[in-house]
Parts: sequence; C-alpha cells; structure tokens
Amino acid sequence: MIPEIGHYALINALCLAVILAVLPAWGAWRRNTTAMSLAPGLAVGQLVFVAISFACLAAAFLQDDFTVKVVASNSNSLLPPMYKFSALWGNHEGSLLLWALILCFWTTAVALLSPQLPMQVLSRVLSVMGGIAVGFLSFSLFTSNPFERLLPGSPVDGSDLNPLLQDPGLIIHPPLLYMGYVGFSVAFAFAIAALLGGRLDASWARWSRPWTNVAWAFLTLGIMLGSWWAYYELGWGGWWFWDPVENASFMPWLAGTALIHSLAATEKRGLFKSWTVLLAIFAFSLSLLGTFLVRSGVLTSVHAFATDPARGMFILLFLAIVVGGSLILYALRAPAVSSRVSFAWVSRESLLLFNNVVFLVATLTVLFGTLFPLFMDALGQGKYSVGPPYFNAVFVPLMALLAPFMGLGPVSRWKGDTVARWKGELGISAAVAVVCGLTLPLLGADYNLWVALAALLAAWLVLGLVRDAWYRVRGASSLGSGLRRLTPSYCGMLLAHLGFAACVLGVVATSQYNVERDLKMSPGDSETLAGYTFEFVELAPVRGPNFVADEARFRVTKDNELIATLAPQKRRYLASGSVMTEAAIDAGLFRDLFVAMGEPIGSDGAWAIRLHYKPMVRWMWLGAILMGFGGFATALDKRYRRQRRTATASAQGVLHGA
Amino acid sequence: MGPRLKLFIPLILFVVLALFLLRGLELDPREMPSALIDRPLPEFTLPSLGSDTLVNRDAVIGEVALFNVWATWCVSCRVEHPYLNQLTQQGVPIYGVNYKDEDQDALRWLQELGNPYRLNIVDADGSLGLDLGVYGAPETYLVDAGGVIRYRHVGVVDERVWRDILQPIYQELLEERAP
Repeated sequence: MIPEIGHYALINALCLAVILAVLPAWGAWRRNTTAMSLAPGLAVGQLVFVAISFACLAAAFLQDDFTVKVVASNSNSLLPPMYKFSALWGNHEGSLLLWALILCFWTTAVALLSPQLPMQVLSRVLSVMGGIAVGFLSFSLFTSNPFERLLPGSPVDGSDLNPLLQDPGLIIHPPLLYMGYVGFSVAFAFAIAALLGGRLDASWARWSRPWTNVAWAFLTLGIMLGSWWAYYELGWGGWWFWDPVENASFMPWLAGTALIHSLAATEKRGLFKSWTVLLAIFAFSLSLLGTFLVRSGVLTSVHAFATDPARGMFILLFLAIVVGGSLILYALRAPAVSSRVSFAWVSRESLLLFNNVVFLVATLTVLFGTLFPLFMDALGQGKYSVGPPYFNAVFVPLMALLAPFMGLGPVSRWKGDTVARWKGELGISAAVAVVCGLTLPLLGADYNLWVALAALLAAWLVLGLVRDAWYRVRGASSLGSGLRRLTPSYCGMLLAHLGFAACVLGVVATSQYNVERDLKMSPGDSETLAGYTFEFVELAPVRGPNFVADEARFRVTKDNELIATLAPQKRRYLASGSVMTEAAIDAGLFRDLFVAMGEPIGSDGAWAIRLHYKPMVRWMWLGAILMGFGGFATALDKRYRRQRRTATASAQGVLHGA
Repeated sequence: MGPRLKLFIPLILFVVLALFLLRGLELDPREMPSALIDRPLPEFTLPSLGSDTLVNRDAVIGEVALFNVWATWCVSCRVEHPYLNQLTQQGVPIYGVNYKDEDQDALRWLQELGNPYRLNIVDADGSLGLDLGVYGAPETYLVDAGGVIRYRHVGVVDERVWRDILQPIYQELLEERAP
C-alpha cells in the first residue's frame, strides 16, 4: 500500500509542476496578479507531494519490502538500517527521486526566501523551475518508476546494496552533490527570467548571486566527499581518477566557478551581462549533461548506473528542450551590444575576465576529453579511452597559470589600477613567497621542484590575502571590531581563496612525496616506511552485520612511541559474495598512514600488504571544505537583503508608473 | 558577422553536440565488433610476464579458457581482480593479457593482489590488443578449446556477470567438448 501512496503522490507532484510551469509564467506575461500569486503555494505543494513520495520509498527500504523492484535489487534484510536508507539513492530510480526532491526543495526555498523579489520576476523564476521539475518528474514516472512492484514472484531477500556504497561517506555524498547540481537550476531560472523580462541589470545579478554561491558551495563539498570516499573506500589510496562520472560533477563546478566570479563583475560594475547569462545557462546545462552521461550508457564508467536507451533518449530530449530552448532565447534576447561601461586593462575586471577564460578553457578541455571516445566512435574512427595523462597535461598548467593572477585579484581595484600600486602592495608578499618556495620543500623528504612551485604559488596567494585583510582590519580600535568590519562576502572570498591555496599545496605535496610499498607480511613482521615502523601484530577473523572479514592488526610506532593501531580488513559480503578491501587510515594534518590488505599468500598466514605514507593529503579536502564554507559565508552578506528591498522599491515604482 | 548573429554561436555548438549525443545513444561503447566473434584467436608471439620465454597462440589454446585484458593503470581492473582470484580457485583457467603496461608494475600488482592467471602475455605496445579489437581494459574473452573466440565481455567481471552471462556459455562450451 505504501508504495502506491508514494506513486500517487509523485503523480500529484507532476500535476502541480505542470501548473507551476505554465500558470505563473502566463500571469507574468499578462500581468495577471492572481495567477502570479499562486506560484509560491504551488512550489510548496510540489515539495510536499515529492517529500511524501520520497518518505514512502524510504519506508519501503526500511521495512524490507522486497516486492518493490528497486528495494529487491538494492537492499537486503541484513543491511544496517542507515545503509537501507541510503540504498534509496544508490540506484538510478531512487537517485532520480532524490534529485526531484532537492529540486522542489530549492524551488520552495526561492519561493519562501525572496519576499522582496518583484512578483513578475519571482513568478518567472518559479515557472522555469517548475518546468525543470516537469521534466524530471515525468522522467521518473514514465521511464524509471521507483515504485514498480515485483508481483508475483518477489524474492525472499534482496540482492544487497553494492558493498562499495555501504559507507557513511556515501550517505551524504549524493545529497550534497545534488544540492549543488540542482542548485545551479536557480541561477539558470534567474537567467531565463531575466531574458524573458528583458531586464538584464545589476539587480538580476544581485538576486541570483547568493543562490549561485550556495549551490557552488554544496557542489564543492559534494565533490570533496566523493574524492575522500574514493581514497579510503576503494582501497588503493587514489583520490581522483578523471572518470567520466567524476568529470560529470567537475564540469558544472568549473563552469560554476567562472559564473560566481562573472556575477561579481556584473553585480558590481554591470559588465559582462550576456556572458554571465550564458555561463548560468552553461553551468546548469552541464549538470543536465552529467545526468545524461551517467544514466544513458553512452560512456563507460565504473560508477555508471544501469542504463537503458529509452532513458537516454528521454534525457537527451529534455536536454535539447531545456538547453536548446534557453540558447534560442539567449540568442534572441541577450543584449547584443557590449555595455558602455569601460575598464582599463590593469583592473579587477580584466583579472575576473582572465579567471573566466581559464575556467572556461578548463571546462571545455574536460568536456572534450570526456566526450572524445563518443566523438570518435560516432565518426567511425574506432573506440578510444582518454585517461588521466591527458587531463593532467591540460589541467595542471591551467591551474598553475591561474594562481599568479589569483593573488592579484583581491587587492586590485575596479575600473583601473596601476602596476606600480600592485608592486607596492604585493612586493613584499612576492619576495616572501619566493623565500617560502625555496625553503618549504626542504621540510620534505627531498627537494622537489614541483613542490617548490606549489609552495611559491600558495604562499603568494596566502600572503596577499593576509596582507589585504590586515590592511582592512588594522585601523580599528580593537582586533574584534576590526574583524567585524570585514563583510561576510569578503570573508567568504578570503576562505575560498585560502582553501584553493591549501588544495594546491595538498595535491602537489601528496602526489610528489607519497611513499607506497607493497609487501608480503606475516604476523610478527615489521616494516619501516618514512620513519614509521608498521608491525603486523596478528590476524583475526571478525564478523560484521552483513559480512565476515579477516582483520590484520597493525601497531605503528615512530622512535619507539606508539602512533596508532590500524586494523585493515578484507571483507566478504554474505548476500552478494563480493570481496572488499577496507583500508585502515591514521589521519593527520601533515601525513596520513594508510594500510590495506591485498590477497593471502601461501598457507602460512602471510598476506600481501600495501603501506602508504601520504603527506598533506588532508590539505586537499580541508581546502575544499574552506572553499565550501567560503561559498556559504558570502550568502550571509547583509547587503543582499538590504539591496533587495531597495530593488523592490524601485521595481514597484516601475510597476506603478506603468 | 552582426552582433546579434554572434549570440547564436552557443546554440549552433549545442546542436552539433546534441547530434553527437544522439548518435552516441545508438552506439554501444561495450559492443563487440561482430567480426571477431566465432573467429580464431589472432596469432601472436609475445613475451610471458615474469620470465624470459616467448609464448604464442598454440601455448594458450586447447582448453576452454578466459582471456582477461588488464593493466595496472586500469581502475576497474582492480575492482574485478578479487573475483578473478575466486574464479581461478573454482578451477576456471584464466590467461592474462597485460595490456600497454610496465612489467615491474604488473609483477608488483600480482604479488600484492594475488595472481589468478595461468600466465600473462605481455602486450606492451598493444599489438595483440589491436588484433583483438580491445579499446579499454578490462575486457574478457571466452575462448573455446579450438582457440575460437566465443564471447567478449567489456567491463568488470563480477559475480553477477559470471553467473548470468559467462558461466552458461562456459558450461555449454565444456559440454560441447566432452563427447
């Protein structure tokens, strides 16, 4: 019964979405206030029905209702309850429902949190989001119904969740990622609403900026969790593989990064209007393209969902309508004449433009690399796969090129600046950064030029930011009042840029100084790696809720002091029979110690053991967390609320005048 | 070009992309060039991993066996490796084709993760892979006792793939040979 309620609620949600997509937009066009005022209520109703549907599916999972097909193929009665719940989005049908739920959540958030937005703009925005919801809800209902029953002939027990997905990281990774993906639909909706209304001005940028930053922050955290999960769960210490599915999440992030910077120029200076609109369309289109790539089976990937050509055709059609439609609208309505606002070559505007160029080129190279196998196949040139060498070769130089200019950005002035002023502001920072680049790698195992370059660039970024923040704070009577003087958007920028510096340092240091060794070890053996002694104490069988495992217990010592006890496992999951490696990690700010079990060797209890010493690997994820928090912080800025009110006042003035 | 026309460029690019995606839906990236099914395993003479000897086609046929194309740079190969170990324990003969890889890395991998292979053919420049039509690891070929390729699986071999796809053909081939 419960699954049928869920199905029924989903149908209701689709009906509301259709009304939401049509009625308020019509109202905005005909200036019908009644039609427009229905939009927020419809958005809330849509959320309620999708939430009911989601809750029903969750109940089916938690109650082991194996008559429901997705439950039978993705869950098992032995599965711990929290994984039963997260199994909901470990499959195509359920994750699509999660996507729809998050879309409705964003729609409602826009409806409820923008009382000061002019009614026409709000109606258009909500209608666009309703249109997207129509697409996803009908995709779910017509091609991937999560409530499909297996009757008669339902199995006694389910075939279990893929053991790789039985992990706390995977409980929150998809929701965060989808918050980011789908969050870009808000920026997209604002852009379309602005094109429809023909008013592409600074207020449009100001309205969509906090939403875009928050979506970007969610996406940053989502990608970071995915990388962290791969690191400890896949069992071989890698953290980024340039897999098509990873790229599918990374491309919207890159485009989104360009967008949040371009929005800054549009809001503050009224520049790059058409360009910013295009980026907003582009970022969300890439989110949709990612959905298409993951679910249509056009590319092969380890992560890909079970695929079906009918689904692929549906998303492609949807993609064509949304992206094609918005690009036609863009071509017809975007301002064709460049704005009269001018800026000098040496200015913050040019630096933001440079940022945009770098991130756009990065997005396109990742897009090209991801789709290259498809292009070649479609042209009859044979089957190809594009691997990490291509991506590293294009991506690393781009980021290295970005960093020097990124250090200038925050201290530069709008409109026009001088190189002499930059020299005065940042001369000392530059000198200290060079010293850091020369000396910091000495702390590592051996002197490494890549680490030296990374230290130089990171120090350049950090010193420039710290100096700039200090100049803003120092005039105040006390440090506290000085810090209060910094606006949330400034603090957000500061955090995000510091995070980027930490990321650069972490990625380069861990790639260059990583030490790994694969050994045959028996209980009693010990091995020294980068000064740490790993002693294999004993091997013990353990039993988990739905698996049995061999556990190798290690003592790690340094200079005869106990650092950690590590217990990696080799698990065999009972329902599916699959064997999984569960690595044990001692995490630290400056190094991770990582032990994973390979295969048993011989019969005397010896095992192949993989030991890793990974310096500064955490910096990469800490950096990403800082970036994410930076994105959230900017949205707290009071000026969005204050200026929204003034914007409303002027917009109402326009309405009254008309 | 007029300023308005320039704004159509993104639309044109998207249309081109969408056409490729549409074509992509018809193509199956996992599909086998049909020419190779039921054709003999190509001739080759290549080194064997971990020894100085050369192996050729005759050394590896005569029995129903799996040919697994793998490499240490291949993420999915690591995922399927434990299952190959299990299959070997069940007595299924597996030959490895170490595709475009470094010998040292491959030997270390086998030492660490276990060695499910009868022997490994070193296909360092991918010439055997080219003849087989490999486009990415892992791929697994089911070859009958007469050295004829009977099935090709692209992607990871796991419990499900073995049980649902490979094992039925494998059993059939074994029985074919018995009388």
